[in-house]
Amino acid sequence: MDLFLMQLFNGLSVSSILLLAALGLAITFGLMGIINMAHGEFIMIGAYTAYVVQNIWKAVMPENIFDAYFFAAMLAAFIVTAAVGLILERLIIRHLYGRAIDSLLVTWGISLALQQTVRSIFGPTNVSVSAPAFLDKNIQVMGMFAMSGKRLFILVMAAVSCLLIAVFMYKTKQGRNIRAAMQNREMAASLGVNTAKCDMLTFAIGSGFAGIAGCAITFLGPIGPTIGQSYIVDAFMTVVVGGVGRIIGSITGAAIIGVGGPTFEFFTSASLGKVMIFIVVIIILQFRPKGIFSIRSRALDD
Amino acid sequence: MDLKNLTVRGHRLTGKNILAMLIFLFLATAPIYMSSFRVNMLGKYMCFALVALGIDMIWGYTGILSLGHGVYFGLGAYCMAMHLKLEASNGELPDFMAWSAVEKLPAFWAPFHSSVFTICAVVLIPVIFAAIIGSLTFLNRIRGVFFCILSQALSYALATFMIGRQEYFGGSNGLTSFTTIFGFSVNSPTTKMVLFYFTLVFLIGAFALCTKIVNSRVGRVLIAVRDAENRVRFTGYSPAVYKVFVYCLSAALAGIAGALYVPQVGIISPTDINIAPSTEMVIWVAVGGKATLVGSILGALVVNFTKSIVSEQFPDIWQFFIGALFIAVILFFPGGLISIKDLPAKVIGIIRKKSSKADAADTAAVNADAREPKKDPKVSRTPVGKGGSV
Amino acid sequence: MAEAVPVLEIRDASITFGNFRAVKNVSTKVYENEIRFLIGPNGAGKTTLLDAICGKNRLSGGNIIYRSEGEEYDLQKIKENKIVNIGVGRKFQAPSVFTGLTIFENMELAVVRDRSVFASLKSKLRKQEIEDIKHQLQFVGLYEMRNEYPTVLSHGQKQWLEIAMLCVSKPKLMLLDEPVAGMGRRETQRTAELLKIIQNNCTIVVVEHDMQFVKEVATLVTVLHDGELLCEGTMDEVSGNQQVIDVYLGRGGE
Repeated sequence: MDLFLMQLFNGLSVSSILLLAALGLAITFGLMGIINMAHGEFIMIGAYTAYVVQNIWKAVMPENIFDAYFFAAMLAAFIVTAAVGLILERLIIRHLYGRAIDSLLVTWGISLALQQTVRSIFGPTNVSVSAPAFLDKNIQVMGMFAMSGKRLFILVMAAVSCLLIAVFMYKTKQGRNIRAAMQNREMAASLGVNTAKCDMLTFAIGSGFAGIAGCAITFLGPIGPTIGQSYIVDAFMTVVVGGVGRIIGSITGAAIIGVGGPTFEFFTSASLGKVMIFIVVIIILQFRPKGIFSIRSRALDD
Repeated sequence: MDLKNLTVRGHRLTGKNILAMLIFLFLATAPIYMSSFRVNMLGKYMCFALVALGIDMIWGYTGILSLGHGVYFGLGAYCMAMHLKLEASNGELPDFMAWSAVEKLPAFWAPFHSSVFTICAVVLIPVIFAAIIGSLTFLNRIRGVFFCILSQALSYALATFMIGRQEYFGGSNGLTSFTTIFGFSVNSPTTKMVLFYFTLVFLIGAFALCTKIVNSRVGRVLIAVRDAENRVRFTGYSPAVYKVFVYCLSAALAGIAGALYVPQVGIISPTDINIAPSTEMVIWVAVGGKATLVGSILGALVVNFTKSIVSEQFPDIWQFFIGALFIAVILFFPGGLISIKDLPAKVIGIIRKKSSKADAADTAAVNADAREPKKDPKVSRTPVGKGGSV
Repeated sequence: MAEAVPVLEIRDASITFGNFRAVKNVSTKVYENEIRFLIGPNGAGKTTLLDAICGKNRLSGGNIIYRSEGEEYDLQKIKENKIVNIGVGRKFQAPSVFTGLTIFENMELAVVRDRSVFASLKSKLRKQEIEDIKHQLQFVGLYEMRNEYPTVLSHGQKQWLEIAMLCVSKPKLMLLDEPVAGMGRRETQRTAELLKIIQNNCTIVVVEHDMQFVKEVATLVTVLHDGELLCEGTMDEVSGNQQVIDVYLGRGGE
């Protein structure tokens, strides 16, 4: 039982990472009709940014404040990936609005190129980032099982990010514009919402949060140029299950995929876990073909 | 319009058909002037061309993007590989099973002793699998990108499963070291040549079959599904049934391709069926020109030939190259190689637009075509001279 | 035509979306060869009701009975494409034709009766079917363009192509959603003529805002308001009804 709880908790931290990745995906898909396959590579870039920041920090900062590198790394990961996202949006993505399938293939091409770029710079072998010492402890819960501090931190980080996104989307003027453009682009535009700016901003922010997710995965193990790809499928499954356009959908999806995977693996075997999750997703979609929290529309061909 | 009506139905000598004949002629005569190494590569590419034909049917014509065709390719390939493995083991346990301390041949391996069963299985297993997946998705109107993502997850799930099941499927090493196929040595030049021509025959047969389907009313229904699925439904057709049909067809082609691939290449592993190769299959079709059957064959041959050349010379660049290919083809060249012949007209259109704006109406149409490739009938489908029979 | 049986009978139909009741307990009967108009302000539930008849929406209460050639069907229990195959044709508000097929091929898909995959693989068009298409296309003036793609058509022409596709499939009951929207006066006139010809062997239910058009072709008019049936009768009766004037006509027929 302890082992199972432990698995479950580990699953929750995977959920958190998926959630961070899926939020960006769901919003860009809902707003612009873009399926961004390169989102996984934003995670990877975030992770490598953390790696670089750590090494620079080690070289220039006094040793006793080494642990603080992590906050710098998080900030840097957000800024770097948001910048990369912004550049890509301006150069390529914006030509693909509303062409979901085309955007999927183009961003797949981008992801291959980004992987190779990182491979050329950092080499094909995995690198590792050491977590701050204060997270390297385990916390005993009710004497039953030990929660790793790192994973707990990831959980907290996801919750805070989620809250930030929610506040941004529902409490600020910019967030309201984004939601308006999501529901009816033409109408929003004619009411004076600068949709191009919305798109750009949203894409950059979504990428930024993928960068933070990348920062988080450095806690879970070594990172390599293809690490993004191992998350992208699950992140998209999260979006598909949860539905597009609402944060609650992404949370639910992330919970199902992130916790479901390890649970199935626990009860069956590692190789069957993915198959089981796939079956579960198919079953859910039998009843909700557009995800659990989908927005219903009256259009004939949507 | 009148030209189109002049041709006799079923015997059209269009540019595309001539191109197809030239390609087949080239393939058939390749062993005369190419080294056996290159011919073997060509055999492999023809398998890929078979897969591309199927993907073109479902993506180019029906508008459903499947990113999981590696699954069907893999199912066909694994079926064949299991048979070859049993042939190579001479009635003993296949080597990798012994390494994983499996003591008895698993029950599902046993039927693959029979070559007849294997030949049926390479078609039927992918088709049945596709029918199940297709019914579960298309009947419930899971479509568009939702289907793309599911199909991608499918290939990911299958690859993970295969990797995890070391004892049954050889894990990430896959199945390899075959000796004979139906009693003939896989390494003998004669067997290789027979396999090569066998693949060519299948490719030509598949091309003929797909051409026939595309030119029948089924082809028109598929295009209609791509353009306005609900209208098809309210015209009295069941889009889901047509989609399952074409999905199964493409799965069968991929399965056959996989089965022909294994003896020629000598190995099948989860790497060949995972997300990356499955997605690459789509770009073959895009490069050649989707919704033109000959385009998909051309694309598969050209991309894979280029891949071999580039990765032989500069192994590091290939990934940049294929990445750039994805971006460039979709963004700037949506008609693919087949649309090269339209290029002069487009260039002239752009030049004319720049030189005089008086002629706006005509050039606007040309530019609209350039921007919205899907709507361009010339690029998106082979014209059928049907109205001529009235 | 003694002992007339209604072709379409809507009994106590209600449709809800979440908490919103779009159609509330509507009952009506439509008889053979009738051209029935559904009118009412925006949001009255007209299109929603049409959607329910053709199977696009499901009722939350009541049922819809359709009779054809002695058979009686409960449309709630039949899939959309089957509903079409028992003789109920539908045209949607926004013209929707197949842009990747020529005009003739659009018609071809509509004209054939057996729509299974197998039949589509095997069968060619029969002489009679080709004649039907020719006749229909000539009537809407698209015959000369039969080998063109519908992208070259104007909005009104696309509407006509869609109506022509409907006609050529010879439905017993035709559901039209704003067929003359976006058409000029002359085109509207022509559509009116067309409907009157179709009427001879078909029952038609039309949702329309163009009052001039309604006056010209309607046999009976049903007025919906806020999802409820307000009144029913000939155009003259209806336009004299004070309630109707209040909710609809009084506002200038928006």
